[in-house]
Amino acid sequence: MTDVSQARKQSSPSASEGFDLAKLLLEGRAFFALIVIIVVFSILSPYYLSVANFLTMASHVAIFGILAIGMLLVILNGGIDLSVGSTLGLAGVVAGFLIQGVTLTWLGVVLYPPVWVVAVLACMLGAVVGLINGVLIARFKVPAFVATLGVMYMARGLALLMTSGLTYNNLGGKPELGNTGFDALGFNRLFGVPTGVVVLVVIALVGSIVLNRTAFGRWLYASGGNERAAELSGVPVKTVQISVYVLSGICAAIAGLILSSQLTSAGPTAGTTYELTAIAAVVIGGAALTGGRGNIRGTLLGAFVIGFLSDGLVIIGISSYWQTVFTGAVIVLAVLLNAVQYRRRSKLPSATGGQPTSQKRGKAEPANPAQGKTAR
Amino acid sequence: MKPAADNGPANGDAVLSARNIVMSYGGVHALKGVNFDIHRGKVTTLFGENGAGKSTLMKILSGVVTPTSGEIVLDGNLVSFSSSSDARDRGISIIHQELSLAPNLSVRDNIFMGRELRTRTGLDFAEESRQARALMADLEEDIDPMTLVEDLRLGQQQIVEIARALSVDSRILIMDEPTSALSATEVEVLFKVIRDLTSRGVSIVYISHHLEEALQITDYAVVLRDGAITATAEAKDIDLEWIVRNMVGENFDLGSPPSGHEFGEVALSIEDVSVVDTSGSGYSVVDHLSLDVRAGEIVCIYGLMGAGRTELLEAVAGRVPMAGGRALLEGEDVSGLSIAQRISKGLVLVPEDRQRDGLVQTMTVGRNLSLASIEAFAKGLFLSRSRERELVEDSIRKVTVKTAGGNAMIGSLSGGNQQKVVIGKMLTTNPKVILLDEPSRGIDVGAKAEVFRLLSERAAQGLAVVFSTSEVNECLSIAHRIVVMRRGRISAEFGANATKEQIMAASGEAVVA
Repeated sequence: MTDVSQARKQSSPSASEGFDLAKLLLEGRAFFALIVIIVVFSILSPYYLSVANFLTMASHVAIFGILAIGMLLVILNGGIDLSVGSTLGLAGVVAGFLIQGVTLTWLGVVLYPPVWVVAVLACMLGAVVGLINGVLIARFKVPAFVATLGVMYMARGLALLMTSGLTYNNLGGKPELGNTGFDALGFNRLFGVPTGVVVLVVIALVGSIVLNRTAFGRWLYASGGNERAAELSGVPVKTVQISVYVLSGICAAIAGLILSSQLTSAGPTAGTTYELTAIAAVVIGGAALTGGRGNIRGTLLGAFVIGFLSDGLVIIGISSYWQTVFTGAVIVLAVLLNAVQYRRRSKLPSATGGQPTSQKRGKAEPANPAQGKTAR
Repeated sequence: MKPAADNGPANGDAVLSARNIVMSYGGVHALKGVNFDIHRGKVTTLFGENGAGKSTLMKILSGVVTPTSGEIVLDGNLVSFSSSSDARDRGISIIHQELSLAPNLSVRDNIFMGRELRTRTGLDFAEESRQARALMADLEEDIDPMTLVEDLRLGQQQIVEIARALSVDSRILIMDEPTSALSATEVEVLFKVIRDLTSRGVSIVYISHHLEEALQITDYAVVLRDGAITATAEAKDIDLEWIVRNMVGENFDLGSPPSGHEFGEVALSIEDVSVVDTSGSGYSVVDHLSLDVRAGEIVCIYGLMGAGRTELLEAVAGRVPMAGGRALLEGEDVSGLSIAQRISKGLVLVPEDRQRDGLVQTMTVGRNLSLASIEAFAKGLFLSRSRERELVEDSIRKVTVKTAGGNAMIGSLSGGNQQKVVIGKMLTTNPKVILLDEPSRGIDVGAKAEVFRLLSERAAQGLAVVFSTSEVNECLSIAHRIVVMRRGRISAEFGANATKEQIMAASGEAVVA
């Protein structure tokens, strides 16, 4: 599920080291969880296992998935972005506002930007919100949790202010004004697939390439794994840190556009608590909140686990209160398994090293004499 | 401080003995079968260079770590400590080399941390304050118990650390470098306290790099070198030369300065550099220091802990800002450049603490090795995997890293091989000047020799090498020139033919006539 297991597979494509079921189940846990969810709900409900339902569920997953990919970048860096839900809402509201037309009183004109301009402006807004987060964190050393918490409130407040708490219900535009087509961003389908899902796939592919094949990806893994070592190796750690928040903000804005298009309305409270779902998806996908470990594939699986689970519970008619309990339980389980996996891995070298060391368990033993002497 | 009454002090017998203690970290043997006695009611001093295993032995005797094998005998009974508080309950306490105070708490709260005095309803702050004040009076230090530790200067913090150890009525008190930040008067007071304690039957283990100072206070001297005891004697029978001779050893060869190549132009020029202490005290840890290093030359910077070696190297590499002065790389001022820019110009640093500053533990050996030279295998926007593999394999071969391959996790390597990865990472960038901060720290002698061989090979090819060390032997190995630092300044410069005694004298460690 992580870059490490990937590296192992690459190093030994024959995989002839024997078959360890426990290890396979552990490392592929998000995938197996998804299979279990699909099987169980297919048995419980005749409506669950159908292409139509899967496409519907996938379009729900798209929102969380896009948020989660942005969140993954931030978490790989060792940070957290609590503002994505609010950014999503703000981007939707700004898009709705732009479609209603911008009145420039001093010129006496009303501008109706075409949908593509609306989309670009909304994404730029997301980037600006992310930039504020990034600068607060990288330049002014505000802890990520606090900085993004503050920005979360500000973005939500701005969205509410812009509409006085009301919702834009008319996003269709008018053909004579040339601003129709908002439906294409999420409501419509491309070859039968919801646009949101297509966008998710594109973002996931681009994200994978960036993480695995570019210098930026390597910098991100390095600075998330050990920022001090990365900095001394010449990695521009501040630029990387600011960039991940900008990218996360852009992902949130894209998700906001897709959600408003899917719902054909843009409300200022859209996306409330979505940041937590995104974090959950990343964690279920096996990423470490301490940074440096995680990948897109795992995060996507995490988003699908959460989405397919909650939609399944709706289909079989379980109350939404129970859904909340189930989702929470899945998250806790995922974190527990992450802890098990990373503990196994840190034990691995000593197990193969053949040096019998400590007799006492449960005692923190430095892997290296130098390690005990780090900063106070 | 109450007298720790003990049954009859039969002078000279051992209150605590270590028998055949072996301590291994992975493949590295920090202690190789050590026998060590603490004499009842006496001061026993443990001498040894950095990395000899002094601190490890003390951590074992105070229950902080459990030895790989061996026994501990307390008052004739075999014991094993489950934790440091277990050892403390048996009357053994330790003053650690690294301060273990909570800076956000007051002096009083630090002294009683973990064993607060209670009344029926809560904590007995009045009694704690009274005792804290009494301890400060004993140590002749005018510190109010309610002062926050972070508001004290380093020496005073060390006094608080000592007071905390004294506040426990211990029979055995281990002091690991208690005086490193103390003024001469404070040291005098501490010695008075130590004599007072021993007269009351408390047994002291003392560790210090200030050999002369230690010789003043000690009754017994034990010398540890490379994890084994090399000599034991009563203080009245020995002198400084005896200690130095046994500490340093005579015959281990870490190589000699590479010869047969001409030095090139000045590669690195450090001009009047000052660095101010980061804690905001305004104290200069590097004080108007100038140094030139030529291409192909190996310079060793020797100094005690706190002499400013690390700060100097980090300032030149761009890690910490300079308060004054500048650094020139081949005549070009690099002072204003970022770390990345300095690396691409050819000035690199191998940091002192490889776990904290050198390695990315979540990545593989190969990715660690290639981290500083990503541009070398980037094709436009993307990284070329094949070129990276070539680079990594080449690097593994050149620095002789023993690993299953570039895809092995970095944590699977031994300390010496991890260090080679950190050095290899920097050599892969093809630098002109390499700065290494204690490159031999925490690695065994064999790996040390390989690291030095690697550096002399590269120097012969024209690389300028500057490395710092706190082990005299290492200065006298491959370095063409030895620079001794003391309190942020260069106190002496020697050629390759200097003696250990000269170098140690210049560092303030020992004045040998």
